[in-house]
Amino acid sequence: MEFWVDPIKVIFEWLMLTLTGWGLSGELAVVIVDLLGIIALIMGAMLLDIMLVWVERKVVARFQGRLGPNRVGPWGLFQPFPDIIKLIIKEDTTPVGADKLVFNLAPILSLASVIFLWAVLPLASTIVGVDLNVGLLYLVAAGAIGTLSIIMAGWSSNNKYALLGAYRMVANMVSYEIPMVVALLIPTVLSGTMSLKGITLAQSNVWFVVLSPLGALLFLIAAIAELGRSPFDLNEGESEIVSGFHIEYSGMKFGLFYAGELLHAFTFGAFIGVMFFGGWQWPLPWGEKYALVGIFNVLAKGMFFYWVIMWIKYTVPRIRIDHMLAFNWKFLTPLAFVLLMVTAIVHALFMNMAPWLYTLAMFLANVLVGWVTLEILRSNARKQRVAVEAPQPVAQH
Amino acid sequence: MDASQVIFILSAALILVSALLVVTVRNLIHAALWLIATLFGVAILYVLLEAGFLAVVQVVVYIGAIAIMFIFAVMLTRRDLLDKVPQTNENWPVALGVSALALVGIAFIVRGFVFSLDRIAAPLPENSLQMLGDALISPAAYVLPFEVASVLLLAAMIGAVYVAMNKK
Repeated sequence: MEFWVDPIKVIFEWLMLTLTGWGLSGELAVVIVDLLGIIALIMGAMLLDIMLVWVERKVVARFQGRLGPNRVGPWGLFQPFPDIIKLIIKEDTTPVGADKLVFNLAPILSLASVIFLWAVLPLASTIVGVDLNVGLLYLVAAGAIGTLSIIMAGWSSNNKYALLGAYRMVANMVSYEIPMVVALLIPTVLSGTMSLKGITLAQSNVWFVVLSPLGALLFLIAAIAELGRSPFDLNEGESEIVSGFHIEYSGMKFGLFYAGELLHAFTFGAFIGVMFFGGWQWPLPWGEKYALVGIFNVLAKGMFFYWVIMWIKYTVPRIRIDHMLAFNWKFLTPLAFVLLMVTAIVHALFMNMAPWLYTLAMFLANVLVGWVTLEILRSNARKQRVAVEAPQPVAQH
Repeated sequence: MDASQVIFILSAALILVSALLVVTVRNLIHAALWLIATLFGVAILYVLLEAGFLAVVQVVVYIGAIAIMFIFAVMLTRRDLLDKVPQTNENWPVALGVSALALVGIAFIVRGFVFSLDRIAAPLPENSLQMLGDALISPAAYVLPFEVASVLLLAAMIGAVYVAMNKK
């Protein structure tokens, strides 16, 4: 019975007993068991990643009115394995003049920056790599390493399209980090902690998406920008810079970038589920008590938001770089700051009132901010339309 | 020797080696990348001292922003990134003097230290992050320096925007 409540503890104790039974010192045994745990977590993430390849291809096919992979296995379920074999046996090319060490390090760092995120993802109440008290900032720090890997790939490839792609990606990521950090501060204000476990526990009554729907939307947009997925995929821009920063990578090195992108999207989906949708606590009701149910809940939510991200990716066309920067600096960033201030003020005012009043006030404040934003956008659009429609002076002769 | 000591020795070695390489490699981009390795090593030291907040901020600010700006500045200002560029300019005697002074200063501070692997940092209180936040905004502590730094940064930002603005 204990196993179903807290499997990690049971396995840990069993392994410790076994290892110390072999005559290892307690400290060394802890290090070895921790290492095994880390490897198991990474393996789990990577196995999931393999299946994500199938999910991505199948879903995009449905969005585009195709069938998608359907030959290998039932519903093409085993399609990723031939893909992997193909990637492994491809020739591994390095362009002339490339900076070999940096060139080979970049895809590893790219995937590592995603794996880093799994260290703080609370899969269940008892299964979390490490419950950092700065978990949300850690998310941003891992993103910084992702940025670094892209600039390394773009620079070391000795290819101007790769460098252009890297420049665009860095401009994108550095800009969208600001609304993202501010959006992350909203769950922090609501729960009073930056630990992801604390944030999940604070949502046992009301999910934060009810308290701050705009905050969840802001985080989703900033996350898509951070992922570099359409409509923010100017770093790849197949029609202009032929897939950007990873243009020179072949075989499994390209595979690492691709796997990193898919897993990144899924991981951000899971983080949206944890931060705004109550983490392990639903849709199945026993997530709090039974660890495996909790894992199922987190992964199911991750899959759902991964699907939302794909839905946006395959529906919205790519935007131009000046539009992307204007959208961030003139719209998202001010909106995020206003929302943060409103959230903090409402929180301070209604903190000690009845929970239903607090929830209502928070929700209405969000609706108000959203409505004012839409009004401002509408009046701006009207102004621009009038300027375009205004009679242009005809050339005098 | 326990695990944290092994990690300390490895990260200290990483910091020293990569800091040395920052000033000796001839390729400027490589120097910037080694600088990132150094900063990452310092972040590991912060983790060992249980200062998780500082470690994460170190990665976000120094690696995520400042080091990337370094790389950009190098790429945008240098005409070539060859390995043949001279490593010093005519100011090297001044730089030598300043760094010698800094070395003497550090030696002066370090004089009284007891060097031992057994020294363990005092454990931080549970709510140290909250205390840091309170200290930054309480008038009795650091609110004035904090606000002055914010105004300074804002002024720098407005100045940069003004310089870069396309005057019509």
